[in-house]
Amino acid sequence: MKRFLILALSVLLLRPALAAPGTDPAADLRAFQGYFHTQFPKVPLADFVNGPYAMDAGMRAQWKDIMQFPPYQFALDHGKDLFAAPFPNGHHYADCFADKGVGIAQDYPRFDPKTGRVVTIEIAVNRCRAANGQPKLKLTTGDMADLVAYLTDLSRGRTIAVVVPADPRARAAYETGKAYFYSRRGQLNFSCASCHVQGAGKHLRGDVLAPALGLIAAFPVYRSSWGNMGTVVRRFIGCNKKIRVVPLPADSVVYRDLEYFLAYMNNGLPVAGPGARP
Amino acid sequence: MKTWIAGGMIAVLLAFVPAGTPALAAADKAGAAAALSRADAAAKVATSLDDQWAPTAAALKAAHAAQKKGDNAGAIKLADRAYRLATLSIRQAREQQKLWPNAVVR
Repeated sequence: MKRFLILALSVLLLRPALAAPGTDPAADLRAFQGYFHTQFPKVPLADFVNGPYAMDAGMRAQWKDIMQFPPYQFALDHGKDLFAAPFPNGHHYADCFADKGVGIAQDYPRFDPKTGRVVTIEIAVNRCRAANGQPKLKLTTGDMADLVAYLTDLSRGRTIAVVVPADPRARAAYETGKAYFYSRRGQLNFSCASCHVQGAGKHLRGDVLAPALGLIAAFPVYRSSWGNMGTVVRRFIGCNKKIRVVPLPADSVVYRDLEYFLAYMNNGLPVAGPGARP
Repeated sequence: MKTWIAGGMIAVLLAFVPAGTPALAAADKAGAAAALSRADAAAKVATSLDDQWAPTAAALKAAHAAQKKGDNAGAIKLADRAYRLATLSIRQAREQQKLWPNAVVR
């Protein structure tokens, strides 16, 4: 009996250590998707991946016209060539990924239990390069954006299925991303939620603000204002600059955690990248 | 009356003191160094909280540039601005650590 009581007490004391208190990603997901369904009842769940085009009929019509000749096509073709090209040691990118990289993008970002960190698909590409003696690529644009555009296109239409395991480090990373999303910062005192939750569907100058649900499902994107492709991190940096906060380094842990949170909130939606945006 | 005369004489004497006397210049240089040190420290805290405002960084950069050029008065003014901005950003970050859950979609 005494041993049983000691065991029971140990289990009760240990249980809180298995996950950060109050962290329930599944409940967050239900609340998050439910909120946007309530705000925009006429928008089917899968259509949220189209961002502002799901919010504004005029923009949608223009987008449909543009997509007859997708502006990301050159990047996609270049990404395919880059992916197929062997490293100097004879290995390929395909050797680094499950299923040779076909149909994997919907699972990223992933939690890596070995390092205790979140790994985005861009970080995974750089890890592959490092493992094959190649220098890292810039995380925001250029060859990286083109490669990820290709990998993402191989998953187009697949259901996003990001996992936040019960590992306390994964839960902590998820919570860090969530806290970043909802925290106001910068001289303009905006949070990501200011525009993409409270301001979703509204106009900000000439733009229509995309809802946070589905926000990053179409990345990497060709933005007309950029004139080329960019990754999610490129957009994080741009948004930070807009609200007058000094951006974090592109490979910062916080940006990875933010992407982890946002991607998890997209679970159940289809991969829609690469995409095109204003 | 005597006080007025004494004050006026002191004012006249001070008017002839060159602005660039060694003692004053040293005080300006020390003042600039102190102001920059204070601003740098505050900016460092803001950065550690992932909330360094862009205008803070710009003011700090300009303050250091002014100091390098020997414009101590300018450096002090810009460093003080950077310090005030950094202080605001630190306050914002610390408040948000408690407030952000209020914004969570439920």
